[in-house]
Amino acid sequence: MKIKLKLNLLPYILWMTLFVLIPLMLIIAFAFTTPEGTFTFNNIIYATKYSAVFGRSIVFGAIATIICFIIGYPMAYFISKTKIKYQSVFIMLLMIPMWTSFLLRTYAWMTILEYNGLLNKVVSFFGFEKINMINTPGAIILGMIYNFLPYMILPIYTALSKMDKRVIEAAQDLGANKLTIFKKVIFPLSLSGVISGITMVFVPSVSTFVISKMLGGGAILVIGDLIEMQFLGNSYNPYLGSAISLILMVIILICMGIMNQLEDYSANQNKVK
Amino acid sequence: MKKFLIIFTLIFLNIFCFNCAAVNDSINVYSWGEFISNGADKSINVNAKFTEETGIKVNYKTFQNNEELFAKISGGGADYDVIIPSDYMISRLIEKNMLAKINFENIPNYKFIFPQFKNLNFDPKSEYSVPYMWGVIGIFYNKNEVKEKINWDILWNEKYKNKILMFDNARDAFAISLLRMGESINTTDKNIWRKAADELIIQKPLVQAYVMDQIFDKMDNAEAVLAPYYAGDAAAMIKNNPNIGFVIPEEGTNRFIDSMCIPKSSPKKELAEKYINFMCRTDIALANVKKTGYSTPHSEAYSLLDDEIKNNPIFYPNESIIKKSQIFINLPDNINKYIDELWVEVKSGGTSENSWFLFVFLACFGIIYLSIFLCKKNKIKKS
Repeated sequence: MKIKLKLNLLPYILWMTLFVLIPLMLIIAFAFTTPEGTFTFNNIIYATKYSAVFGRSIVFGAIATIICFIIGYPMAYFISKTKIKYQSVFIMLLMIPMWTSFLLRTYAWMTILEYNGLLNKVVSFFGFEKINMINTPGAIILGMIYNFLPYMILPIYTALSKMDKRVIEAAQDLGANKLTIFKKVIFPLSLSGVISGITMVFVPSVSTFVISKMLGGGAILVIGDLIEMQFLGNSYNPYLGSAISLILMVIILICMGIMNQLEDYSANQNKVK
Repeated sequence: MKKFLIIFTLIFLNIFCFNCAAVNDSINVYSWGEFISNGADKSINVNAKFTEETGIKVNYKTFQNNEELFAKISGGGADYDVIIPSDYMISRLIEKNMLAKINFENIPNYKFIFPQFKNLNFDPKSEYSVPYMWGVIGIFYNKNEVKEKINWDILWNEKYKNKILMFDNARDAFAISLLRMGESINTTDKNIWRKAADELIIQKPLVQAYVMDQIFDKMDNAEAVLAPYYAGDAAAMIKNNPNIGFVIPEEGTNRFIDSMCIPKSSPKKELAEKYINFMCRTDIALANVKKTGYSTPHSEAYSLLDDEIKNNPIFYPNESIIKKSQIFINLPDNINKYIDELWVEVKSGGTSENSWFLFVFLACFGIIYLSIFLCKKNKIKKS
């Protein structure tokens, strides 16, 4: 194999080494060193003390991803089925909230969910008892779903709208009913979009810390909080912080690996048939 | 190719010359946000005035908390000439040998600082710091909901379940627990820290949220009725909402002192001293204290304040409260680490007992990955 270094690749390579490769190396280096600079596994072992926090983040992320998929897939399907001129309107509506700051949107949810907030005002207006919504795991997951749902819909929508209509017609000609067409044709063909949607929702939900801080009242720790605490907390400990980040990266890598395998698997299965 | 190389070298040179480009006529100041008189509402723009009088440009940058300042400075990424950290951070910086000794001959205005703010525990010989602002921690409360006497214990009162806010910062939150127990907030006894953490765990079900600046919103719309916070913020909050009161508990409180220091890495120590001296000038100190709402350690500026503020026990509490107040100093590294651990335990309820969980989890994932991989291989073979 010949690697030809092209001149126009230079900015890319420079960018990647400066802002991706070197920081990544630094994280790995920090994760395995003591403050004195000697090699150690202690940071990693110490980080496993926070297993409960890791577990919670992964569970939250997984729930948010699943709900995003359940809401997002029908929405994407619906949008891709409407007339072309309405499609852009729907996509626009999806994107408009993303023009405001992520922080602002989460802050807005805080005022909606508060005990004396908007939602409870409506609830008590209709004579029901006020519900305690903010500072619960549910509020955090809601925040994740709200913020990351577009990332699920967009890739699925792209995959669905790119699909060749003739394939569906062929299936209809062969006598497949609607359910079979969806199961055997549409869904497998949209799988690439589903997979990238899932990764694009899962990764930021697992590593977020702003949402948990605002909607969780700071009482429900997730990995993002833990990492932040190592750098801006009481004891400045970039070594442990790097170790936790490294473990988080490994977990996400494995998850993505599984997703990719699934994609290949189903692609192959289709070929076999 | 050559052209590109030249361009890139130029860009790199530019990056590295960022520091050398700043010639002698500017200093970098690193301070808290909204901690200086900036010209708004007809106040004096302190930095502009300094430039006007001396010709020295001021690059004013702000930080959110002391830890951010520490991370920046110990990372070595930036050269600051004047920094304004709090007490315990000053003692940590002194311990880590990161502060320069100040030459007080260059700061004649230091004589205006009240003697009781000199030689305090975080800088015992007053060699490294010049006090800038101070204040105490007290409890904000909603006058409509809280009628009883307020002390630290009220934050543990079942009656106000889900209406209490706490600091989202380990040191301050633990200080409240320690003050309530009557212990020193600088104790190095791990058992006492453990006990303080246990109390915070007992308190947790009553706490609505662990927040910092969000308390303004939450107190203002009566979402919460009790919240400990810094006295400096009391002025604005009470002014905006007459239903909110502020009390400094009698058992004693935490007093904080933010002081101006010069990092050792500063290449322009004399200019930095000039700036500090300027900040201690009476008219400048007065403008700053009026704008920020904290309390001043500057004797002349204090005497020029309105009587209303001077006699307000929130800003200038009486001698007995001051005497009973404690000031943070830096703790040894192992205690700091232990506090962080306890703090995670308080906030997440997660103990360190199930550390095998992570490995089991990773192993499960690995098995799933492998099984899919093998399945796939078999399928391909079959076909």
